[in-house]
Amino acid sequence: MSHWIIAPVVVPALLAPFIVLAARYHISIQRVFSVAGVLALIGIALGLAIEVSDGSIVLYQLGDWAAPFGIVLVADRLSTLMVLLTTVLALFVLLYAIGSGWDNRGRHFHALFQFQLMGIIGAFLTGDLFNLFVFFEVLLIASYGLMIHAGGNARLRAGVQYVLFNLIGSTLFLFALGSIYAETGTLNMADLANRVTLIGPEDTVGIRVAAVLLLLVFAIKAALVPLHFWLPSSYAEAPAPVAALFAIMTKVGAYAIIRVYTMIFPPELEVTAGLHDIWLLPAALLSVAIGMIGVMAVKRLDRLVAFSVIGSMGMVMVAISLFTPAGIAAALYYIVHSTLAGAALFLISDLVRTGRANLDLTPQPPIVGHAMTAGLFFAGAIAMAGLPPLSGFLGKLLVLDAAYGTEFVVWVWAIVLGSSLISIVGFARAGSILFWKAYSVAPSEETPEAACPSALSYVAVGGLLALLVGHTVFAGQVHGYTTTMAAQLFAPEPYIATVVDTPGKLSTPKEDH
Amino acid sequence: MELLVASAIGIMTAGGLYLVLRLRTFPVILGISLLTYAVNVFLFGSGRLTVGAPPILRDDVTAYTDPLPQALVLTAIVISFGMTAVVVMIGLGAFLGSDDDHVDDQPDDADKKADGAS
Repeated sequence: MSHWIIAPVVVPALLAPFIVLAARYHISIQRVFSVAGVLALIGIALGLAIEVSDGSIVLYQLGDWAAPFGIVLVADRLSTLMVLLTTVLALFVLLYAIGSGWDNRGRHFHALFQFQLMGIIGAFLTGDLFNLFVFFEVLLIASYGLMIHAGGNARLRAGVQYVLFNLIGSTLFLFALGSIYAETGTLNMADLANRVTLIGPEDTVGIRVAAVLLLLVFAIKAALVPLHFWLPSSYAEAPAPVAALFAIMTKVGAYAIIRVYTMIFPPELEVTAGLHDIWLLPAALLSVAIGMIGVMAVKRLDRLVAFSVIGSMGMVMVAISLFTPAGIAAALYYIVHSTLAGAALFLISDLVRTGRANLDLTPQPPIVGHAMTAGLFFAGAIAMAGLPPLSGFLGKLLVLDAAYGTEFVVWVWAIVLGSSLISIVGFARAGSILFWKAYSVAPSEETPEAACPSALSYVAVGGLLALLVGHTVFAGQVHGYTTTMAAQLFAPEPYIATVVDTPGKLSTPKEDH
Repeated sequence: MELLVASAIGIMTAGGLYLVLRLRTFPVILGISLLTYAVNVFLFGSGRLTVGAPPILRDDVTAYTDPLPQALVLTAIVISFGMTAVVVMIGLGAFLGSDDDHVDDQPDDADKKADGAS
């Protein structure tokens, strides 16, 4: 049994207290250790992704306890890809936080950042539903600290909303877990997949309630309309690097929906029939529409990016709720794109803030580094709105292609294409007000000259956009890989067999059953 | 006993939901505390209700309580306790900073912001 799979959880868990205890007054030491930790995580994540890329499933039993009794971590293609995406995103976000000095505007940024990574990575790797809850709480409590990093009244108020919404979500999660345990007597995902199929057609009331509650919890995380109300304020008020890191947090919800609703409650299961096409798909289409109309309607740049994140999560959920291998493959391709594009846009909106009084979409004198920031915004907006040549276009094409031939094709095509047009108009309006009309306003004499954003900030944003270009150029290979990933998700038998049948402590009494 | 536990969970959930919908920081935090109490009892009940039996599984023991929900409840209590403490601190900070304990965005807030910008 290789211990590498738990390393992405243990490394940040040890690094964070070390940063707090040993380096709390030395920002440069914190920075060095934080970047070194994230680089190590990228290496480990890459190693894990290569190890499972042949379709094998790596199991780690904590304390060597056998599956339904002990907690297991499982690495397959999907979870390792998400871990790799998280760590790569974290590197660029961290570089930006260091380059812009955000990490020095409050205390303990780097420690909270490491705890946040631990929670996100743990949520991707765990094979146990209660452990998923615990990792959700780890990532949430770190995100509460990061969200109100550097303080300020508006940020604290948005923080209260964010924390309260997520507390209610956590309570709902516990209700769901309680119902699942009461119905099946297990919380291990693979074991659950076996036991849910054994429930007779007349006893499905409890498990139906549990399935819907669980979907609600994950939909809150994924900011699916009508459960998206926490997102715009908190993402807009959070410090820019934190908001950029939060771009992966909505994907945790999407990941959990893919994992649980392909393995435990697959679409062909009669217990949860109708949940995907009757409830999830309309909600997802509504998210696309609301998000993109929000892009058109908002009066501030940071809120515009927040609404575009809602819209792109809607796109992900449209692809997921088709629940076909092609749909999931398209969703996974789009998840990578949407994470990188959303994070890049949040960082760019912080670059725009440099030298402006606020982020209102009103003409103000040209900002420092005007041409460079405008160019980056142009590229980011193209990616997010889904115009060629960047990967947003290919991602939307894949989603539309996956929907073609299903009975929902008219709805999906009409709403996705219509809202794409609206978002293009919204982004074009924002860009032209921010960057073109700037020259029509005379710069006032008394405003002090703001310092130019550091080169490291541009490197971080440029790096994210370069990854997007790479995601476009190697779209064939990436989509091929996500297709094999979807095939693995729709044939979960090897996963279940690996988890349930691997021997460990306490595995002998199981044969009595 | 089933009726007692079930109605306790139900009443606490109902009270908690009502308080959460009040949209002022203090009642909302109280409501969330009530909801977490309710969910803790609910988790406890998810292992079936047994009276006077130890939560230990051995070969010669015939009557025992399911130990797993007890471990789950313990984790849930610790987490919700910590989370409540965090939200109290953040809520207090927000209240002291803006002298307003509304949880939702107030319409006059947006106007004030707009005035400040213009």
